[in-house]
Amino acid sequence: MRKVRRVLAVLLILALAATCFSACGKKSSGDDQVVYVYNWGEYIDPDALDMFEEETGIRVIYDEYETNEIMFPKVQAGAVAYDVICPSDYMIAKMIEEDLLQPINFDNIPNVENIGSIYKEMSEEFDPGNKFSVPYCWGTVGILYNKTMVDGEITSWSAIFDEKYADNILMIDSVRDAMGVALKYLGYSLNSTHEGELEEAKNLLIEQYPLVQAYVVDQVRDKMINNEAALGVIYSGEAIYTARENEDLVYVVPDEGSNVWIDSWVIPKNAPNVENAEKFIDFMCRPEIALLNFDYITYSTPNVAAQELIEDEDIRTSKTAFPDDEILHRCEAFVYLGEEMDEIYNAKWEEVKSGQ
Amino acid sequence: MKNKKRHSLGQLLLAGPYTVWMVGFIVIPLFLIVYYGLTNKSGAFTWENITAITSAVNMKALWLSVELSVICTVVCLVLSYPLAMILANSKMKNSSLTAFLFILPMWMNALLRTLAWLTLLENNGVINTILTKIGLPTIHIINTPTAIVFGMVYNYIPFMILPIYNVLVKLDKNVINAARDLGANAVQTFLRVILPLSIPGIISGITMVFVPSLTTFAISDILGGSKILLLGNIIEQKFKTANNWHAGSGLSLVLMVFIIVTMVISSHYEKDGESANVW
Repeated sequence: MRKVRRVLAVLLILALAATCFSACGKKSSGDDQVVYVYNWGEYIDPDALDMFEEETGIRVIYDEYETNEIMFPKVQAGAVAYDVICPSDYMIAKMIEEDLLQPINFDNIPNVENIGSIYKEMSEEFDPGNKFSVPYCWGTVGILYNKTMVDGEITSWSAIFDEKYADNILMIDSVRDAMGVALKYLGYSLNSTHEGELEEAKNLLIEQYPLVQAYVVDQVRDKMINNEAALGVIYSGEAIYTARENEDLVYVVPDEGSNVWIDSWVIPKNAPNVENAEKFIDFMCRPEIALLNFDYITYSTPNVAAQELIEDEDIRTSKTAFPDDEILHRCEAFVYLGEEMDEIYNAKWEEVKSGQ
Repeated sequence: MKNKKRHSLGQLLLAGPYTVWMVGFIVIPLFLIVYYGLTNKSGAFTWENITAITSAVNMKALWLSVELSVICTVVCLVLSYPLAMILANSKMKNSSLTAFLFILPMWMNALLRTLAWLTLLENNGVINTILTKIGLPTIHIINTPTAIVFGMVYNYIPFMILPIYNVLVKLDKNVINAARDLGANAVQTFLRVILPLSIPGIISGITMVFVPSLTTFAISDILGGSKILLLGNIIEQKFKTANNWHAGSGLSLVLMVFIIVTMVISSHYEKDGESANVW
């Protein structure tokens, strides 16, 4: 037994030493070209990464996160220096405010011309002058419903507050989205900072609590496909996938309006390989690559050249994937409201979730 | 570790990694939690994060956590004790293999196993589909505390079975034979001999089930549909969504107090269990 323990201990030391060497080795190999990418989970076609590596010889070191809020503290602390990150609109505003991003040199990213001008306009809201971000994916928040389980067509947020559908509603488990939906239904801006309006939205969500079957983000997809619920609040990008799997499912952006969001590539200030980051972003802006990613993740691409390449006409003209201007007009992008407001939103959401 | 022989250099070297591990991954993080828990965002000392537990939301979550963990612990105990006795007394050559079989599911990721329960318990899940096929009424327990207790019991029951089994299997059969010789019937033997002697196993089982159930957030998240907030879920939200490590650490400290109380009570009983040994 003693012998075994000794062997184990030696092995442990060796393991420790090995991790140290490999960690030190990583830093010293300067001529080995790498790019550190930090992106949402399941938000890129792995083939696209392989193609980039093959073509440029730059090794991609790829990390994933689940929400903007998980990503932010890691980047803020600067413990890990990434070259490219893909945050959402309001988070980009926050990162600009905190001076965490560097302006992008668009001369090195010629393919940026493939991005539709309307998306650059939309970006103005969180990135004035389009200096820091290159749009990657975008979409809306809406209701996904099961034709066979609801009466008639759903056109209003009122459906998810309707007692008729008690225990048949999947609500989105994310502060800004949930509060935003309630605010929109009440006719307010989803960036409201007015205490009375927020209180009203909170009370509406508390009234909704007993009707909700579950609060979900990722699981809404599978649950709707399995006919677990009649209605669910969902991101438009998931709607194309769910409609593929279960043809009774219909996605709609309610009349009261909703949220339109953009996730964009940014380069943080402490990026060690800016040049490679630019190459990476440029590569992702190529029409074929954008199309490859769109087919894989089914989130709408702002790449107009790629939109034209989509073969399936149903998808190319789908209002779910590419809502027309009339729908977009009803939608608002999230704006970063400041730390204090964040806390108020969080506290209200916590009250809702505890069913008080 | 009672021998105070001088340690050779080799021994010190071999203990080194373990010490580094202990300090780096247990002691320092613990201090960080205490530091964050007792300071606010500007770094000034405050009790606020601790007293936050008295808010209605947090109190409700705390009591629900305690309630569900107690239920889970009791259910585990009631299910495990007879099982451990059967295993310990079985004449099978491979009784340790049988015990091993109960541990086998633990080789699989706990989250996966919990997700499997989701598939089983859902309204259109496996169980309900079968019930409908054979013409029985369906059950609706998903997204309720019942479902969470199901998940907790399933995940933590091995931690109850093992320590009890270990104690029972080492029980000196002569003690039981003596009790029977001296006229005790089966019930008396159990209540006055076997049960008192197995208390250390029961207590360590209770601790090992109660503590993780009290702090869980993954099980309640998956099987409760995020509708039922345990204190673990609130702490998770503070760290992940609200990005407020101070508030999260403060609540963790409160939870630690509950865990320490459990530990103190259990160590106390363990001593009692020993003193009850009439050797």
